[in-house]
Formats: sequence, structure tokens, C-alpha cells
Amino acid sequence: MNIIDRRLNPQGKSLANRQRFIRRARKQIAEAVREASGKSSVSDLGGGGKIKIRRDGIDEPQLYHSGKTGEHTHVVPGNHEYVEGDRIPRPKGGGEGRGREASADGEGEDAFQFVLTQDEFLDLFLEDLELPDMLRKQLKKADSFLPRRAGYSVSGAATNLNLVRTMRNSLSRRIALKRPRPAEIAALESELKTLTESGDDIERCREIEVELEQQRRRAKRVPFIDPVDVRYNRFELVPQPVASAVMFCLMDVSGSMTEHMKDLAKRFYKLLYLFLSRRYRNVEIVFIRHTHVAREVDEETFFNSRETGGTVVSTVLEEMLRVLQDRYPRDQWNIYAAQASDGDNLSSDNAKSASLLEKRILPLCQYFAYLEVGDEEDGFNLGSEIWRTYERLAKTGHPLAMRKVNKRNQIFPVFRELFARDQSTGRAAS
Amino acid sequence: MNDGGVLLDGEKTESRMRFDWDFDSLRRSYDQISDIALGEFKLDIYPNQVEVITAEQMLDVYSSIGMPLMYLHWSFGKHFARDETLYRRGLRNLAYEIVINANPCISYLMEENSMTMQTLVIAHAAFGHNHFFKNNHLFRQWTDADGILDYMEFAKAYIARCEARYGETAVERVLDAAHALMTQGVNRYPRRKAGGLEEEEKRIQDRLAEQERSYNDLWRTVPQNGSREKRRTTEAERRQILGLPEENVLYFLEKKAPLLKPWQREVLRIVRHIAQYFYPQKQTKVMNEGCATMVHYETLNRLHEKGLLGDGAMVEFLTSHTNVVLQPDFDDRRYGGINPYALGFGMMQDIKRICLEPTDEDRAWFPGFAGNGDPWGTLKDGWANYRDESFIRQFLSPALIRKMKLFAVVDDGVSDLVVKAIHNERGYQTVRSALARQFDVAQKEPEIEIVDVDLDGDRRLMLQHRVYDNVLLAEEDIQPVLRHLADLWGYEVSLSEISASSEAVLKQHTAGPTGALAAT
Repeated sequence: MNIIDRRLNPQGKSLANRQRFIRRARKQIAEAVREASGKSSVSDLGGGGKIKIRRDGIDEPQLYHSGKTGEHTHVVPGNHEYVEGDRIPRPKGGGEGRGREASADGEGEDAFQFVLTQDEFLDLFLEDLELPDMLRKQLKKADSFLPRRAGYSVSGAATNLNLVRTMRNSLSRRIALKRPRPAEIAALESELKTLTESGDDIERCREIEVELEQQRRRAKRVPFIDPVDVRYNRFELVPQPVASAVMFCLMDVSGSMTEHMKDLAKRFYKLLYLFLSRRYRNVEIVFIRHTHVAREVDEETFFNSRETGGTVVSTVLEEMLRVLQDRYPRDQWNIYAAQASDGDNLSSDNAKSASLLEKRILPLCQYFAYLEVGDEEDGFNLGSEIWRTYERLAKTGHPLAMRKVNKRNQIFPVFRELFARDQSTGRAAS
Repeated sequence: MNDGGVLLDGEKTESRMRFDWDFDSLRRSYDQISDIALGEFKLDIYPNQVEVITAEQMLDVYSSIGMPLMYLHWSFGKHFARDETLYRRGLRNLAYEIVINANPCISYLMEENSMTMQTLVIAHAAFGHNHFFKNNHLFRQWTDADGILDYMEFAKAYIARCEARYGETAVERVLDAAHALMTQGVNRYPRRKAGGLEEEEKRIQDRLAEQERSYNDLWRTVPQNGSREKRRTTEAERRQILGLPEENVLYFLEKKAPLLKPWQREVLRIVRHIAQYFYPQKQTKVMNEGCATMVHYETLNRLHEKGLLGDGAMVEFLTSHTNVVLQPDFDDRRYGGINPYALGFGMMQDIKRICLEPTDEDRAWFPGFAGNGDPWGTLKDGWANYRDESFIRQFLSPALIRKMKLFAVVDDGVSDLVVKAIHNERGYQTVRSALARQFDVAQKEPEIEIVDVDLDGDRRLMLQHRVYDNVLLAEEDIQPVLRHLADLWGYEVSLSEISASSEAVLKQHTAGPTGALAAT
């Protein structure tokens, strides 16, 4: 008999199969991921998790007997009361596990459920939004740098000298060039000394002298440490994400905002959160909703309640300002805001909003995004009250960007336009 | 995989986790079991190789239909994903063991098992299953225990080579189609002894030659001399040329499908071999598990009697054992069909009883061995020479039918269920043969044959399903399977469902090729 411990064998033998499966079921999985991510809260996105997908496309068809046709005889255990000839009313819905017996291999599930890892989940989520590889791109802006070890170099500051590496190079060079060790020279010298003292083997004495001469010459020619041996630790400056950021989600929740519009907004917030959380160590979210009054709320209320009332945009800006002053000093926080609205505003309020934004808020923000959400079927329109108000500010070079979104598939492109730093972000979209 | 789930936690704590077994005690335990199983019960086994693996590795083996070596395919990933989810959510325990029918016989033990469980598993797998694999006539006849691992290695490498050469998608399409026909890829009746790997090369040559021979006859398009009438092939000729009727659809396609490339034929052949390798296992589930359960139960009892197994361990063992052989009643929520472990173990315990302490009823029913005083001899004879269907038909006793309160119900799909027979004098025979049929793979799986090819017309491949008791094929999968079949065949395919009693055509299905294979 042989006992073999295989526990240390490479794990994840079925990883390749898993990837093939995911590739195969990509469409269904992407759909399921989108659905799942629609349900999860803004900050939960990207945690991976359980998803359910439909069976088509990953079904493995087989020919097998139908349980629904013809006559079947079943032998079952546990009879208590029946005698031969008894009639038993047909149990509802097939019953008694016969469906299982009749199916191909006992797998009758309609939906297929499994767990995605975080990376798989994000890949598919972002892919669904037609994300190219934005998040993999080097972050363009970072406020501090930290040195990180990055191999060795042949030049550098003396403090960065890597002794071990240098000595290793030196040793291999000395061996390669046959530099004699001090001990070898000493041995020859002492042999020579004994021989000259006894004086019998003259010939050997001469040999040793020649050899000693060679050895000393070589020791002089081949230095113990040569400049080519020297290695320095090399450091690379890696951009460090700065400590923290706060993200303000501002939303109009008056009666005109439909679920579809909120869904668009939520998706946008999620992307923004994802983006920020990859960039900062600590991201906080503040949800503020408004009608003609504005209030800071939790996420649940933010997305799920609907109120009626007029729309006064300046209230939400005032509330944001209040929270900012209370909790988020400019020198410690990077401030981002995304405002979603269907664009209606009380016309008398526009001037006030504009001046609040221009004078008080924009100077504090890294970035302020305005997202005008519309119904799925909405065509092009000339822009709302708010739009025209903000447009003026955007043109004067404030960190303010604005886009209109009607459909889900527009969200990612819009997001990308807003956050690709190479573009002049201040431009308003047509 | 690195995703912070239950499994990973398990891996991380591995170094800290304490198991109550070690390799020395495994070895000791193995020797003690060996003394009993080989010395006292006189089992006959392949040499054993016991491998200790982690839970995740167990999942790996699980999802590649229990083979340690398997080619890559998405469906294994699908099964892995499902098993893993069930396991993580605690809906399913992993098998304590998996055993491979190979020489040497490989048993996998999971590291999480306690020492008692390891003892149980060694007795169960390394002796019980091992004896069954080595002695049962179906395994002897159909599987090549010496060559299977080599063959799987060849298969894996071959498919990987195909993928490198023709692309993953192209190979995947052939495999998908072949998997859909896997149940139709076995020979149900022995033809010739399957040879070893060394014959591979020769067979490839033979196949190419055979192909060339039959190709001309089959696909001649140039008119021959003679009248039109004369050129039409007669049915008898066609059958002779094509070797019809043929129940092994994959075999037929591999040899005769006109448009397949040689590598595609080889892929079909690999899938067919694997299907064939597992066919005996399907037919002997009750016996195989019964045999292994009987062996572990008797062995651990002997260990306990000899004082080698403590009382605590014995209680732990009995708990697991009882769970394994639990048979819930039909009206129990846990009921999910007849538990092959329970039925197999029940029958074998019953055979032991009949050998040692028969009643008058047993003497009347089993004159051949009742009271012969040799339970192991009788069992070994049964294990060697039967399959589930014939074993039940031969050995299921009235006593066990009563004990399990078995009864037979007829379901015509429309009216009330009718109790056909119960566990009484009048019903024993009926219950027994109904149960035997229920475990007969040939009954469970549809009987499908290739009957003809329209050689003079559009080359349509014609299949027949013989329908018994009006049980038709399940509608939803027919079209997808036929499309796969048509893709492999290259032309249209038709399947008629024919009543076995009246020869009337009950249903007709056709499908054409989708071009999925040709596109690559």
C-alpha cells in the first residue's frame, strides 16, 4: 500500500474550467451581475457574491425519457396503509420526487446559482457598462509618492548600496578570474620558508617563487571589489493615493423623478464610488435629497422614497455646504459631488444656485458632475433651466462637468468622458 | 482561486488546524483493516494507493466526473461552480471519499475527516469498492483498469493539442456535441475486449483505412454504368455497408460521418471511451455501494470486537454509517428516491442472515444458498456475476421487502396513482421485478438506434427510438441534441419514436446541421 500526501499539489486545478464556464455563460452572467448590482447598495458594489443565471446556453442537453408521458411503475418504500388496488389521488405538482427520477441526471433546477469572486464580478460589471480599461490605467493624479523597492541598479547613492548583492558579484568575479585567496598565498609563503630553511629542494623553491610572483601579480590586477560589482537598491516612486475623499450624492426626488431616472443616477453614483474607492483609502458618501427642502439621508431613503413638492435646487447646495463645513474640512478631504436631476427648477432660484455653486461650492470641490437624467424614450431637448444655468459656469473653466443620460448604456461612456483627465473636463456636452 | 470564501479560510488555517489523524495512524489502521478484509473475509483486491487531499481538491475531482485527469471543458467548470456553492452554503457535504477504478486502485481521503472516518473510508473504498471493481464481471469485461490513467493522460494531452492547433472554440463545439450524445455512446452488449493503449496507434491506422474503404461506396456521386434502377442501393446493402442498425451513435459517427476531420473523430472516440468506462458504474450503483458499505460495516465491527477500535470511535462510526444507509419513507420530506446505499447494504445484510439463520420462507425462496453457512462466499459470488437489475431480481427477499415496506405504484400521468402490489405474499414477485426494472439502466435510458441512411437522396441519417409503455422522449432536449447530431453527421437527421408493440410511428423529429462545426 502507498499513502501519498497530495495536499500540497497545486490547487485550483479547475480554475481553467471555471474560466471557460464564465466565458461561455458570459451573457447570462453579465445580465445577472447587472441585476445583482442594481440591488446592492452603492458602497457594496464589487464585493463579488452569489448570482443566479438562466440555464440556456449552459444547458447540456441529453435524450432521456419524459416523466410526463406513458406509464411508469415506481417502487417506493414506507407503505403504511395501502393495499393492492388502492387509488391514490395524484399529488399536486408531480410529487414524490418523481420529477427527479425522470430527469436526465437528477438536476432539475431551473436557475443555476454560483458564487463569483470579486474580480470576476467587477470585470463583468464594468464590461456590462462597456468599460474599456479605465480602472487599470495608471492614476493620473496623486498627491504624494512613496518609494518602493524595485530591483537593483548600477548607480545610486552610497546609502543605498546593497552589500550582499555587491559581495556576491565580487565573489563570482574573483572566482572567475582566479584571484588567489590570501590563505593560498600564505600557504605558498610558508612552504617556501620551510624549504629555504631546510635548503634541500632548490628546484621546488624556484617553482614556488615563480608561482608566488604570479599569484601576487594576479591579486593586484584583480581587485577585491571592482566598480562593476557594485549594486545599489533601486527605488521607484509610486504614486500614493491620498488619504480620503468624500462623495456627495445630490438628487432631486420630486415627483417627476421616475424609478428609471433614479436607477440611472444610482448607477452613476456606483461608478463614481468604484472609481474613488480605487483611488483613495477611505471614501465616505453623503446622500442629500431635495424637493423644495433638502435633507441628508441614508441610502435606503435616498433611493427609495419619493416626495412631492416644488423643486428648489439651491436648497441642496446649501445643505451640501452645511455638511461640508461641519464635517469635511478642505485641507483633509478631497471633495467630489454628483448631482442628478431631471432639470426642473424654480426659475427664480436659478440665479441663487449659480452663485452658490460658483462662489462657495466649486472652489472647494475637486470635481462636480451634473447628470441630467431623462426618460428612456426622451429625444434630444434643448436643456433645462439648470442646464442652461450650469452651462455658463462650465464654460468659464470651473471643475464642473455636465452630461445628459437617457439610457443605461450611456452611463459608462459619459462617466468616462467626465473622468478621463486628458480631456478638458469643463466642456459641456451638446 | 482566491476569493475569501469558506474554502480559502480552510486553506489559510491549514497549518494551524489539528487533525486527529497522522500518517502513522493511517498506516496502522490500514494494516489492521487489511488483516480483517483479506485475512478473514478473503477479499481480492488491486494494490491500493491512498491519497490525502484537501476539500478543494476533492471538489476538483468531483467536477471532472470523478477522474483525477480530465481534459478541459466548460461543463466541468459549471459543475465545480455548482458543487462549490452547495458546499459553501452547507447544503451538501462533500463525499468522504472518491475511488478510481484503476490498477493500482486510487482512493482519495479528505484531510478534514476524523481518524474514525478515515478508517471507515479506507475499509469502504480501498477494500470494498476495490474488491468490487476487480471482481465484477462488467468491470472486468468493459473497463481497462491497467490502462485508464494512461488513456486519460493521452486524452487530455490530445485535446490540448487540438485546442492549440484548431482553437478552443472549434474543439469545444465538438465536445459539446459529443457530450450531448454520451449516453448514446456506449455499446450495451459486449463486442470484443477493449484493448490497451498500445493498440491506439494501430487502430488509428485501421480506422483511416476503413474510412477510405467505406467512403467510396458511401459517397459516390459519379453515376455508374447501368440503369438508374440498378444503381439504387437496396436496404440490405446499405445496412451491410454501414453496419446498421447501430446503437452506439458516437461510434457510428466516428467511423462513418462523411465530413468530420480526423481529429474530430478522435475527440468523439475519447468521449465514447469515457462513456463506456463509466457504463458499468451506472449499472452497478446498488451493488457497488452495497458491497463497500457491507465491507466497512463488517470490518469496523470486527475492529471493535478485537479491541482495536474504541467505544467512542465506534459510536462516531455508527452515526455516519446510519446516515449513509438512511432510507426515508416516500412521504418523508427527505425522500429522494431509493437510496442505493440503503438498498444494497440491506440486501447484503439480508443475504448474510439467510446464509446463517434462514427461515422456512428463505429456504423456499433461496434454495441455492439458504443456510449454507458461507455468507462471504455467497456475497462474493453475487458481486462478481450480477448487475443491479439481475442482482435485485435474484436476491431481494420477501423479508427485506417487508422490512422496507416496499410497494409498487403505477402512474399513467393522467388518472389517480394505482397501487399495483405491496409487501405481501401476492405482491413480492411484482415488487421485486418492478424494482429490478427500476434499476435497469437499459430500461431507464431510451433505446435509440441508427437504422438507415438515405444514400441515394439527401444523406439524411435516420434514427429510431423504440417506445415502451408509451414513454416518449422528454420534449425540451430533443431539438438541441438532434442539432448537435446533425452537426456531426453533416446532413439532416431524423428521429422517429416507434411503438415497440405496434410499430406505429408516434412522433417524428428532424433537425438540420447548424454549420457550427463547419464554420471552424
